[in-house]
Amino acid sequence: MLEFPLWKKLWLWGLTLALAAAALPSLFTSTGLGWPAQLPSPQINLGLDLAGGSHLLLEAKAEDVAAQRLTNMEESVRQLMRSATPRIRIGDVSTAEGRLSFILEDAADIDRARGLIEPLMMGTGLQREWDLQVIDGQRMVLTPTQSGIDAALNDAMDAATEVVRRRIDELGTREPTIIRQGDTRIVVQVPGLEDPEALKNLLGQTAQLEFKLVDLTALPANVQAGIAPPGSEIFPYAPGTGRDGQFEAVRRLGGIRGDNLTDATAGVDPQDNQNVVNIAFDTQGGAKFAKLTRENVGKPFAIILDGQVLSAPNINEPILGGRAQIKGSFTTESANQLAIALRSGALPVPLEVVEERSVGPDLGADSIRRGLIAMMIGSLAVITLMMATYGRFGVYATIALVFNVLILLGIMALLNMTLTLPGIAGFVITIGSAVDANVLINERIREERARGRKVIAAIEAGYREAGRAIYDANFTNFIAGVALFIFGAGPVKGFAVVLVVGLFSSVFTAVTLTRLWVAGWLRKARPNDIRI
Amino acid sequence: MKLLKLVPDSTNIRFQKYGVPFFIFSILMIVGSWAAVLTNGLNFGVDFIGGQEVRMTFEERAQAPIPELRELVGGLGYGEPVVQEFGKPNQVSIRVPLPEGAEETPGAATEIGNRVIASVNKNFPDARTDGNDTVSGKVAGEFRNQAIFALLAAMAAVSIYIWVRFEWQFGVGAMFALFHDVSLTMGLFAITQMEFSLQIVAAILAIIGYSLNDTIVIYDRIRENLKKYRKMPMIELLDLSVNETLARTVMTSLTLLVALVPLLIFGPASLFGMVAAITFGLFVGTYSSVYMAGPLLIWMGVTSNSFVQQETAADRQEKLARGEG
Repeated sequence: MLEFPLWKKLWLWGLTLALAAAALPSLFTSTGLGWPAQLPSPQINLGLDLAGGSHLLLEAKAEDVAAQRLTNMEESVRQLMRSATPRIRIGDVSTAEGRLSFILEDAADIDRARGLIEPLMMGTGLQREWDLQVIDGQRMVLTPTQSGIDAALNDAMDAATEVVRRRIDELGTREPTIIRQGDTRIVVQVPGLEDPEALKNLLGQTAQLEFKLVDLTALPANVQAGIAPPGSEIFPYAPGTGRDGQFEAVRRLGGIRGDNLTDATAGVDPQDNQNVVNIAFDTQGGAKFAKLTRENVGKPFAIILDGQVLSAPNINEPILGGRAQIKGSFTTESANQLAIALRSGALPVPLEVVEERSVGPDLGADSIRRGLIAMMIGSLAVITLMMATYGRFGVYATIALVFNVLILLGIMALLNMTLTLPGIAGFVITIGSAVDANVLINERIREERARGRKVIAAIEAGYREAGRAIYDANFTNFIAGVALFIFGAGPVKGFAVVLVVGLFSSVFTAVTLTRLWVAGWLRKARPNDIRI
Repeated sequence: MKLLKLVPDSTNIRFQKYGVPFFIFSILMIVGSWAAVLTNGLNFGVDFIGGQEVRMTFEERAQAPIPELRELVGGLGYGEPVVQEFGKPNQVSIRVPLPEGAEETPGAATEIGNRVIASVNKNFPDARTDGNDTVSGKVAGEFRNQAIFALLAAMAAVSIYIWVRFEWQFGVGAMFALFHDVSLTMGLFAITQMEFSLQIVAAILAIIGYSLNDTIVIYDRIRENLKKYRKMPMIELLDLSVNETLARTVMTSLTLLVALVPLLIFGPASLFGMVAAITFGLFVGTYSSVYMAGPLLIWMGVTSNSFVQQETAADRQEKLARGEG
């Protein structure tokens, strides 16, 4: 057990030094000393609780995607039927229960209608996205398939992630992490953010801009009571517009959505000094907007942002240049945010912040400083205790401990892992288990010596007998650590990472390395007695 | 220089002499802990019940205006807030749970957070926001399930491993000792009303790891002695095994303690609960390894014959695996 051939010695030392060296770049940068740029520099990521920053978990409303998709299908079908020659008349359109159903006024049109609608039923992929059903030869029912809904949600989430990325880039923060998680969630991590409030407001805004005609047939009393005439829907006024608590009935279809914008900027209207957002449509959007305003001169239309009416001005003349100005009692800041949100595109689905963790940069730095001080005092105390108790063997254990910390940091840097505040507690546990391994070995050597074994035999027995308990204990801890990592969330994961990696490094340093050193010393000094 | 010896070589403490009273005491402690958990309840953090927690520093004051804050935030209409000093005297944590019925509204927690921060900033211009956690009811529910699952999975997995490596009695004994440690730690949090957060779950898993470590070291020695001293009565054998490993137990606990105490005193405030739990678990775990894990083996009928057949085969395999066969 104490025999180490040359190749084994070289291999062990090589591995130890290589892993320990991997920790150096992180240590150098964290103490403010530079690290030469031409050298490879694996780095440990600092968690947001240490570095400061914001973690946001955003969740999309899946049902909104389905509802939007249904409305789009309704518009497409109406458009198709209208433009068919001869025109196919439909009625009794309903989108209840997540399905689109309508009646053909003339049952003879059924084959023509089917031929027109059928191509819409296939998605971009090979999967069928809608099922088409004909009841009594006259009623058509379009039901979205599960794979269709899933695909739509997936597309919406991909697009939403991209929009979130563009918005955060507009804020000019560095190295944000934006990843999709599960079916309906996006994780956003922005290190070193000064104002998490602005970020939340920006991401919380769907920025779904709509222009819809006001339904003038609606009775004001009914509108206030929330009863919409057929084909219309009711939206509340946005707070701060001077018409808080009031509602507006608008035509459900035939409006324009603000998807086709090329630019949006915040500005001030020189006439009344109000904050405004100027928008510019692309060619297609401009054409639609021109058509809507030309056909409805003299009528009011509502500008709706995220389900709230900003204003409902009269269309005085057709707006043909593809430019428009939105007023809505903005502050300078909110006008700016809306401009950013509109520029980066509307979110295809509303997102809500379901978890937020923000840490100011001061607190993070303070945590690191305090954590380091505590670890230094703790390490000194442990080292003193080990040396006072086990003498030379305590020195070996101490050196092993230093390598243990370096190797643990090195592995974390190489695998690009993240160190969090609970991770620091994990470090202490790791140091504890490394020390425990040496305590087990050394106590066993003491025992074997007390029983009268010779030095070499006692040391061999010490490593062999203690090894069994060390492996069992570490393996069970490994199982617990893996369970922690798989099922744990947030801070628990950060702790588990250090714990699991630490088990490997502490067994390696506390058992294998100390044995190498003890064997080297025995070979050179050939002691008849040892102080332990 | 003479080397330090914390436990003299001739130490022979009759631990199991009072095994039964201690065991009854342990059971009472477990029952008491659960009673405390059920009557006092755990002071769950926002991780588990949702809501928001904001940490603030009042830069121009020596003392944070805690009563005023309580009144101010309480006046927002979200129920009674928990306002506590956090770290230095001019730093506080303000915790507001989700109001009744808001568990299903995803944005509720964020909205409360925004309003709390805004109103404190308005009334106390020197308040600096150091950190803010808001967790919606749905996410909190997921954390709750994950935490319970992680704890159960870890306890079950390690017990199965010990069962395979030793004997079924050892697996049950270890599981019982772990149950004891987890219960008492929960009891501590129920009595002190320290915040029970996700970090505390991590701490409990660390305790499980440590206590298990201790139990395995003693079990390993029991197994070894069972093979060595075939005629020795079980009670004597347990005492012998515990005494033989006592130096190690004391030394390991002490080193962990000297590493943990500085973290408790000088460490960041946000780690206090976690480190306090681990420190407490250190004592509980050591105790349970001696007084729960051991005696249970006797009552479950472990004798020197338990290892004769299987163990020689297992030993051979182990040696083969280590390349010494």
